[in-house]
Amino acid sequence: MKKVYAREEYCLGCKLCEVYCVTSHSESKDVVKAHKMEEITPRVIVESTGEVSFALQCRHCDDAPCTKACITGALQKDPETGIVGYNQEKCVGCWTCIMTCPYGAIKRDEYGRSIISKCDLCIETGEPVCVVNCPNNALVFIDLAEKQGEGVEEQDKLVKEQGGCRD
Amino acid sequence: MALSYKNPEFLIERDYDKCINCRVCERQCANEAHYYDEDLDKMMAIDKNCVNCHRCVTLCPTDALRIRKYPLEFKENYNWTGEMINNIYKQAETGGVLLTGMGNPTKKKIYWDHLLLNASQVTNPSIDPLREPMELKTFLGRKPERLEFDQEGNITNLPPQIELETPIMFSAMSFGSISLNACKSLARAASEMGIMYNTGEGGLHQELYQYGANTIVQVASGRFGVHQEYLDAGAAIEIKIGQGAKPGIGGHLPGEKVGEEVSRTRMIPKGTDALSPAPHHDIYSIEDLRQLIYALKEATDYEKPVSVKISAVHNVAAIASGIATAGADIIAIDGYRGGTGAAPTMIRDNVGIPIELALAAVDSRLREEGLRNQVSLVIGGSIRNSADIVKAIALGADAVYIGSAALIALGCHMCQKCYTGKCNWGIATQRPDLVKRLNPEIGTERLKNLIRGWSHEIKEMLGGMGINAIESLRGNRLMLRGIDLNEKELEILGIKHAGE
Ligand code: SF4
Ligand code: SF4
Ligand code: SF4
Repeated sequence: MKKVYAREEYCLGCKLCEVYCVTSHSESKDVVKAHKMEEITPRVIVESTGEVSFALQCRHCDDAPCTKACITGALQKDPETGIVGYNQEKCVGCWTCIMTCPYGAIKRDEYGRSIISKCDLCIETGEPVCVVNCPNNALVFIDLAEKQGEGVEEQDKLVKEQGGCRD
Repeated sequence: MALSYKNPEFLIERDYDKCINCRVCERQCANEAHYYDEDLDKMMAIDKNCVNCHRCVTLCPTDALRIRKYPLEFKENYNWTGEMINNIYKQAETGGVLLTGMGNPTKKKIYWDHLLLNASQVTNPSIDPLREPMELKTFLGRKPERLEFDQEGNITNLPPQIELETPIMFSAMSFGSISLNACKSLARAASEMGIMYNTGEGGLHQELYQYGANTIVQVASGRFGVHQEYLDAGAAIEIKIGQGAKPGIGGHLPGEKVGEEVSRTRMIPKGTDALSPAPHHDIYSIEDLRQLIYALKEATDYEKPVSVKISAVHNVAAIASGIATAGADIIAIDGYRGGTGAAPTMIRDNVGIPIELALAAVDSRLREEGLRNQVSLVIGGSIRNSADIVKAIALGADAVYIGSAALIALGCHMCQKCYTGKCNWGIATQRPDLVKRLNPEIGTERLKNLIRGWSHEIKEMLGGMGINAIESLRGNRLMLRGIDLNEKELEILGIKHAGE
């Protein structure tokens, strides 16, 4: 499946991906209103220390541990799209998924609600806004398998060429 | 010292109705002009840190930022301008030399803007470059007095040439003065567009050897990174005598910029200042220059043209004629508006002469002396657009070097703070967190677009004049007319006044 890969060597750590993620998942779809009038937690997480930074989002694992850990069935992997979806209505905020996600890609709601925030690959628009708006092409949205066959080594090489790290 | 008398140069205005406290501006400013105040829950600005590089303005997702000239006027004085007064404050505080970056910005006549191009009407047809072939291909190097052929009709006596798809090259900018990502962008764009870039005096980074066919390797007074493999790697070799921004002055790359990679490439210890002496210590005459030219030719089996780069100074025509007789294949002349990573302000703004006058004088002189075919003439020093190029070629240049324009394409916003090493656009810096801001893939595309756009415009201007090959424009000063120029200027430029 197509996933978002980070190219750490070009990430500025500017966090614009977070800004556009919030905007895209808002009611208003307006950057100012989304930040000033709505309470939205970005689903992409920019990790940075000093000069190293990259944007992290759900890896939509094949064998997603969070879906197994989730006590209410709020996290489900769509067998067709491969997207690990999240149903806010079902979530009780037990944070079990947060503990099981090996990437640390799930975040607690920043406004104190008993919900989580995680990347949905922008299913609504079809193209992840973080990728579209990254000022330095530090994020790519590609299907590795499609590009290089299934071989793990080949995939590793491709991601490396793209400057990213494999999930 | 107690109180600093320096006031901010720029004012940062933030529209708080728009600002969403995302702190992008804060994270992007290497000069630390923005910060978030937790108590106020507001973004604040430190105006005096702002250098007006527009990084924050360009990245702000809500267009909340505006930078203005700081609204602070001294009592009006034609002689003692604010700039003069502030310079004195600066020096009275530090006792140092005023430093600056990029080219001479002072209000002196720009001759390009006083030259007008011709176009065909009625009596000779203009040509539409979209319908008819138009040749921009340019060869640089010594041209023989006459051609000799073998049985098959191949030319047998052509000295080495460099081939350009369009008469534009990226001028010398060293790895050290600019970042590796900037070098990569220039190298890749040059190789994909069939033109040349120039290493400057910084040596050739290992990753750039693959672009050798589109590289001019420079040998400057510091001889940094010069070795056999380096000379062999390039398509041509350039001896740098001078640079338009600081004629008569050497270079100084501060130790902070000499990191692991720069140190390896320049072959100097990490953290040491890279000092390029003002003169080449083995060149004190045209004969000495000849020795170096031939030493380099000998070292590379006479397979590569050798260029000599000088800055445009008072006796440029006589100097160029000496260089031609010394055996150079290309003479590169850099005008007084040429850019730099760092130069003393007084030198940059007061030494040297305009490239337009230097070019005309050199071309005329070489013609008079029958030397013009022996050398190609490349000029640089603030070519700002394609029309400048067309005018340069009509005045007699074979090709032009662009430096500042190329950096602007990469994102440079002309804040002139290159010497601080804190270029927010990832160009004139070695700080890893800043260097990564310039993604060479994006850089390459932007440069290629610029070259493409300019080449297209050159073709349109040529077509308008009814010319279908750049070769027919070279030195064709009849295609130029002057406006607002006096007799002497017209005479030096070798052109007529508009209306004549
Ligand atoms: S927008 Fe791009 S460059 Fe900025 S933090 Fe996100 S991934 Fe990195
Ligand atoms: S949230 Fe974590 S565990 Fe679940 S699919 Fe995404 S990356 Fe995998
Ligand atoms: S980048 Fe713009 S919106 Fe973000 S904090 Fe700065 S001024 Fe405010």
